[in-house]
Amino acid sequence: MTVSPLLEVRDLRIAFATDSGVARVLDGVNLTIGRGRIMGLVGESGCGKTTLARAVLGILAPNAMTEGGAIRFDGQDLLGMSRDRLQREVKGRRIAFVPQDPYSAFNPLFRIGDQIMELMKWKSPLRDQRERGFGVLLTPYPRARRRSDRAAALALLNEVQIPDAERALRKLPGQFSGGQRQRLMIAMALLTNPDLIIADEPTTALDVTIQAQILKLLRSLAKDRGVSVLLTTHDLGIAYEICDDITVMYAGQEVETAPVAEFFANPRHPYTARLLESLPDPAREVQEIGGEIPSLLSPPTGCRFHPRCRSASAQCAAARPPVSGEGRMVRCFNPQPLRQEAGA
Amino acid sequence: MTGLAYVLRRLARDRSALLGLILVLLVVLAAILAPVISTHPDAVWDMNPANRLKPPGGEWLLGTDRMGADIYSRVIYGARITLLIAIVAVGVSLLIGVPIGLWAGWKELWVGEVLMRVSDVFLAVPQIVLAIAIAQTLGPSIENVILALSVTYWPWFARLVYAEVRTLRNETFIEAAIALGVPHWRIVLQHVLPNVASPIIVRTSIGMGFTILTAASLGFLGLGAPPPAPEWGRMISESREFLPEAWWYALAPGLAIFAVVMGFNLLGDGLRDILDPRLRRAHDR
Amino acid sequence: MRILALIAIRLVWFVPTAAGLIAVVFFISRVIPSDPVALLAGETASREAIEALRIKLGLDRPLLVQLLDYYRQLLRGDLGTSLFTTRPVSEDLLARLPATIELTFAAMLIAVVVGIPLGVISATQRNSPLDHGLRILTVGGLAIASFWLALILQLTFAMKLGLLPLQGRITGFPPPAVTGFMTLDAVLAGRWDRLASALAHLTLPAVTLAVPALATVVRFTRAGVLDTLGKPFVTYQDAIGIPRALIVWKYVLRNALTSTVTQIGLLFGILLAGAVVIETVFQWPGIGTYAFESILQSDYAGVMGFTVYAGGIFMLANLLVDITHGIIDPRGDRA
Repeated sequence: MTVSPLLEVRDLRIAFATDSGVARVLDGVNLTIGRGRIMGLVGESGCGKTTLARAVLGILAPNAMTEGGAIRFDGQDLLGMSRDRLQREVKGRRIAFVPQDPYSAFNPLFRIGDQIMELMKWKSPLRDQRERGFGVLLTPYPRARRRSDRAAALALLNEVQIPDAERALRKLPGQFSGGQRQRLMIAMALLTNPDLIIADEPTTALDVTIQAQILKLLRSLAKDRGVSVLLTTHDLGIAYEICDDITVMYAGQEVETAPVAEFFANPRHPYTARLLESLPDPAREVQEIGGEIPSLLSPPTGCRFHPRCRSASAQCAAARPPVSGEGRMVRCFNPQPLRQEAGA
Repeated sequence: MTGLAYVLRRLARDRSALLGLILVLLVVLAAILAPVISTHPDAVWDMNPANRLKPPGGEWLLGTDRMGADIYSRVIYGARITLLIAIVAVGVSLLIGVPIGLWAGWKELWVGEVLMRVSDVFLAVPQIVLAIAIAQTLGPSIENVILALSVTYWPWFARLVYAEVRTLRNETFIEAAIALGVPHWRIVLQHVLPNVASPIIVRTSIGMGFTILTAASLGFLGLGAPPPAPEWGRMISESREFLPEAWWYALAPGLAIFAVVMGFNLLGDGLRDILDPRLRRAHDR
Repeated sequence: MRILALIAIRLVWFVPTAAGLIAVVFFISRVIPSDPVALLAGETASREAIEALRIKLGLDRPLLVQLLDYYRQLLRGDLGTSLFTTRPVSEDLLARLPATIELTFAAMLIAVVVGIPLGVISATQRNSPLDHGLRILTVGGLAIASFWLALILQLTFAMKLGLLPLQGRITGFPPPAVTGFMTLDAVLAGRWDRLASALAHLTLPAVTLAVPALATVVRFTRAGVLDTLGKPFVTYQDAIGIPRALIVWKYVLRNALTSTVTQIGLLFGILLAGAVVIETVFQWPGIGTYAFESILQSDYAGVMGFTVYAGGIFMLANLLVDITHGIIDPRGDRA
């Protein structure tokens, strides 16, 4: 019997109110992340992966409208939870965040040490729920815990290979390189002993040479601690490198989920198959997927990929294909035939 | 270049800017239609001691002043003076400041820096002090007030234009035009000026409000149009010795000033909201 | 070290700017229809006596020579002698300086202490009724003629309600003068009744002076906070669960203030300008009234003295702004 999954997104519908109309960014998306598993959320720009990540984090823009669905984290409904409770109990403490751009995620005017200790003041695993102060601005930081937290921070900085951690704490964000800043972000994400880390395209802003390092670091640290990771990316290569499972999204709909080996061996959704085909191969010409990504203001009905799909049939435009299966799932009326056994 | 229709449409949606526009138009209309809408058009400059310091009511909508003249009518006619001063002063400042800013910003020499230091001189001392000095030495009159205000306000336009031109000069499309051999004056007129127009317009509206306040202050200090001209600042100053009994005396002209300046400020703010983001988008690559 | 370089550049530019300013006002003040020398000499003085006085005062020489002489005088630290009080101008200014500083400081305090929180609230509650109300108030605050506001306040609080004094700095004997700031002196002397009187007198002028400054502070703070709220680090802190109030008041405010701080320099200009008129209305014996009186009496030395003072204050204000900016934003470059 499998343990209950850590994160379950069910039929999530989110739209944005814009000047040009209502953009239907997430159209009934499902996602399941197991405990201790690294899930790669893969898709092109605009497919909704970042919106999904932000919905779980609770940082959607003010013009976002959640029209339906549920997000269950360790059994608790996040969408129904009060903002106050989310901020106190979940954010930062149980769900951590590694943002895309480490440059701008830090406050440029405050030292790294101060920003890390601020996080620990509120979200340290050692923090007692009974700690109360007189309002947010007057809550004290018990000295004993502060010392332990600081030690933990230094230890983690060493683990992420930031040289001379003591001195690093006294520096400003601008004094670090991009790669180092991202390591700091990863350290901050792990310091609070979270259950889930959401990494939103964590290496897009970094040099290619450093990307691999950062990713491997993230994977090893997460695996060591049994932390689940939701990694969004547009790069299949990255997903292949460090993910256990992969979910592909297209234009606000999730189309396929599979463990990584199975995914690459047996892509079943036509879009996934075309994606893999379009990866550059020295042996042949570049293969494009014809057509364009649809507008989210007036998207295609049913399966949104159907206008560009080679296997499309009449029912594809009529309604969206249902969810089939859990860990291995395809939403398609006409999936690709099985190619080979996984692992063969 | 911004389409007028576009600007008007956007203005219509911004309620406070709309209010500003209405206030300004009201005052302008009042000034133009003064003989029509005032209750005592002939008595504005008259002395009527029998009627002095009557409270509001009956024949006199807003009461009478120390000369017995109807305050309501004087305030209406005062709008003419105020608007005249403001329009000419700001206009002249524009005509002086913009070309200077354009020239200083365009030339790559140290000339630009020097010119900006010169304008700093005028900005170092509060406008009112300089204006007082000038108006006082030349004597109280409308012309001198206008002169004093123009001389002290042009640096605002010059600096604004200077900064904008400086930035624009480094834009790629300008460099391209120069490389293509387009004569400089043409580049300035066709490419630079339209881009600078927006901040100038905003500054003009705000400048109107600012100038009206300074002009009123000068009038208050006795340096504006001499009596019996119905200048608002002077009216307020006159009212002082009759307070607190003749409270209506100070109220009307002050509220008039408030309404006009408020109008120009709201309008200026609204225009800035409309024109500025567009300006930034125009610079987007 | 960037600070030192900044100061150095400012000082270098100050000299020609100040010289230019002085020259401009110098020439203006000399082009006067009325003749102060004749007034000084008295009504019965003969023409020869007036001319003799003019030569004695050095006012017969070419204007340019007089100007150069004035520069030389300035470099010696001598601001000249007032034609009317017959005291050195620097003495006059110094005697009146504390009154103006006390008033300006009080106004500045009101503007900043009230204005910054209002600006933050206005920004975080954007488009709420409170925000709209505040925006109308700030625009209104900048649209009111300060002398008129002064009168209305006097009318309401002093004349009709009798709550606050009409004018002047204090009723009755001032506390023993130590600093020149009556409020401070009263505290130092332990005379609480004097403090009460001084504060009561300070209230109306300070509030009147503060209004445009307050409006400006609220506007700039609001703009700065709105700008900062859109930055990624705010989203990040929100995502990691930092309490919202902390994000706004500790982090966003500091970032927003780095841009607002440069506007404080603007505030000085506003306050200085306002001081002239407001001091006159409230009979506040400060430098503003001195300037106005000097101008009206064609007291050359007085006018020049005030000009040098004003220019100096302005430069000082800009310097302080740059230094504060350097402290708040330790990044060192003009980001």
